[in-house]
Amino acid sequence: MSKYIAKRLLMMIPTLIGSAIFVFFLLRLIPGDVCELRLAGTGLYADPAEIALCQKNLGLDQPLFVQFLDFLWGYVVFDLGDSMWTGFPVVHEISIRFELSLQVAIMATAVAIMIAIPLGIISAVKQDTWIDYIVRAFSIAGIAMPSFWLGILIILGMLIITQAMWGEPWMPPIDYVPIWEDPVRNLSQLIWPAVATGYRYSAVATRMTRSALLEVLREDYVRTARAKGLMEKVIINRHALKNALLPVVTIIAIEFAFLMGGLVVTEQVFNLNGLGKLFVESVGAQDFNMTQQLVKLVVVIFIFTNLFVDIFYAWLDPRIRYS
Amino acid sequence: MGVLLEIDGLKTQFFTSAGTVKAVDGVSYTVDEGETVAVVGESGCGKSVTAMSILRLIPWPPGKITEGVIRFAGRDLLQLPEDEMRDVRGKDISMIFQEPMTSLNPVLTIGLQLTETMLTHTSATENEARKRAVELLDMVGIAEPERRLAQYPHHLSGGMRQRVMIAMALACEPKLIIADEPTTALDVTIQAQILELMKNLTRDLGVAMIIITHNLGVVARYSDRVNVMYAGKIIEYGSAADIYYRPHHPYTLALLKSVPRMDQPRQAKLDPVEGQPPDLTMLDGGCAFRPRCRYATDECAKGLPPLENVGSGHFTACFQKDKLVSSLQEAS
Repeated sequence: MSKYIAKRLLMMIPTLIGSAIFVFFLLRLIPGDVCELRLAGTGLYADPAEIALCQKNLGLDQPLFVQFLDFLWGYVVFDLGDSMWTGFPVVHEISIRFELSLQVAIMATAVAIMIAIPLGIISAVKQDTWIDYIVRAFSIAGIAMPSFWLGILIILGMLIITQAMWGEPWMPPIDYVPIWEDPVRNLSQLIWPAVATGYRYSAVATRMTRSALLEVLREDYVRTARAKGLMEKVIINRHALKNALLPVVTIIAIEFAFLMGGLVVTEQVFNLNGLGKLFVESVGAQDFNMTQQLVKLVVVIFIFTNLFVDIFYAWLDPRIRYS
Repeated sequence: MGVLLEIDGLKTQFFTSAGTVKAVDGVSYTVDEGETVAVVGESGCGKSVTAMSILRLIPWPPGKITEGVIRFAGRDLLQLPEDEMRDVRGKDISMIFQEPMTSLNPVLTIGLQLTETMLTHTSATENEARKRAVELLDMVGIAEPERRLAQYPHHLSGGMRQRVMIAMALACEPKLIIADEPTTALDVTIQAQILELMKNLTRDLGVAMIIITHNLGVVARYSDRVNVMYAGKIIEYGSAADIYYRPHHPYTLALLKSVPRMDQPRQAKLDPVEGQPPDLTMLDGGCAFRPRCRYATDECAKGLPPLENVGSGHFTACFQKDKLVSSLQEAS
């Protein structure tokens, strides 16, 4: 197993280089750059000499090839460089947002798992009864509703309900405090985006749990378990669930990796300064370096999530052996 | 020996969109204590459904036991509440299935799958159950039983898995084992081993067994009595010798002719049963075997042939049985 993990980690290198090439040249296909945008973006006259100076400072006047090698060299020496827009180190820009995004992603995943696994099981066990129909309607609604819209509804709902109850509207705090500084304040801010995205996320996982479990419940070994006189609870939890979880784990993990960088609109709604927002801003500002490093981060997150999923597979199913 | 299991007028039906399938249509038979009874018939004749009905494992929807009594050791299983029925399964009656490759859970160890039955039904502790599991594996002829407990089904061959299934079935010292085509999925060489093992163990432990098969060769060697099923009904039953040497039903005869026999000259041609089993949603009032029967006359369409006594404990349901018997006598 450790040999397999080492092999997978080594395989990260070509993946990272491939994605680096892709994002590097794709970004530069867009006309203009960060200097033009900053100095002439407002439509006012800008001195070409000033733009040239700016480009020289950021190294944008170098041939593409040189810029690319410079970028790759940064990987080797672990130097991520500075943001071309703010001038701060990329590490600093990412680190102040990473924590928040990670916390929201973890909480949303927890919400999704807590909803999806029990609902998926109930819905499969009570297949084609009214309970099943309600669960299915609930999860279809989750897929149909964009989470930012649900987020707006949550905020509005809270305002209206608190107004009606206490005569004074209450809204979640809009400035971020790390959880170890003020857990109550932190959670009362982040629980809502976690619920809004977790619900949507759970919808997909609920349907996957349901269909995987339904399939497993038809297996011969479940019939064997019944013939052994086991309790239904034991049959589901011990005999069926472990077999049914493989596809569910895959879905949850992919969604988790996506949440780390893809929560753009929901972050806007809840005024969260997360990685998704940083991503959009960097692309908008043509901040090449920031965007490249963010893409790299997301690639690394995906690779590690996939590796985790593979290891988890082997734990769930002893037939899976990696060599 | 007293009667252990008595099935009386069992009807199990499946309510499908294509119509009601009368998979088991008024089946009655008994199993004495320690006796091996065979249920024989083609695929889809209702023999497995009968077995699943005994354990009340027919999935609803679409299947349902609509009529009948299944008396086991003095209790009507069909009247038991679900939790008492669960206690019967695996403890008093256990089952061995056809597909050893898929009947064991691939993600659980052999040890867990063996001990969980004992832990569920007896007061055994984890340690006692493990000790007994080792004994059981040894008893069914698995080498290095201790090591096997930690292994998973995919580490074992098909024959070994079926041995594990047998060990599992014996775990709680049941009174009855239902074996549903226990050797059909195995290599021919392994088949005989498994059947011998089951025969010896059930004899030594005094366990009754219902063996479901389509192979009359298996029946002759391993069972005391035989029930032949066709289209959801028992059409002939009697001792293994009666069925094998003195068949009185054209279907039984056809089944016998369709398998190679060591006691026939090698030139004897195999004679498969022509045609297809009937669609169980559209049976008419006549004998269901009529369309495939070479002895059939107009009389066979008029009503269901009743089971009639043709010898001690030998019953057959055929209007043309006399014609059949005399034609067989002429031939020999």
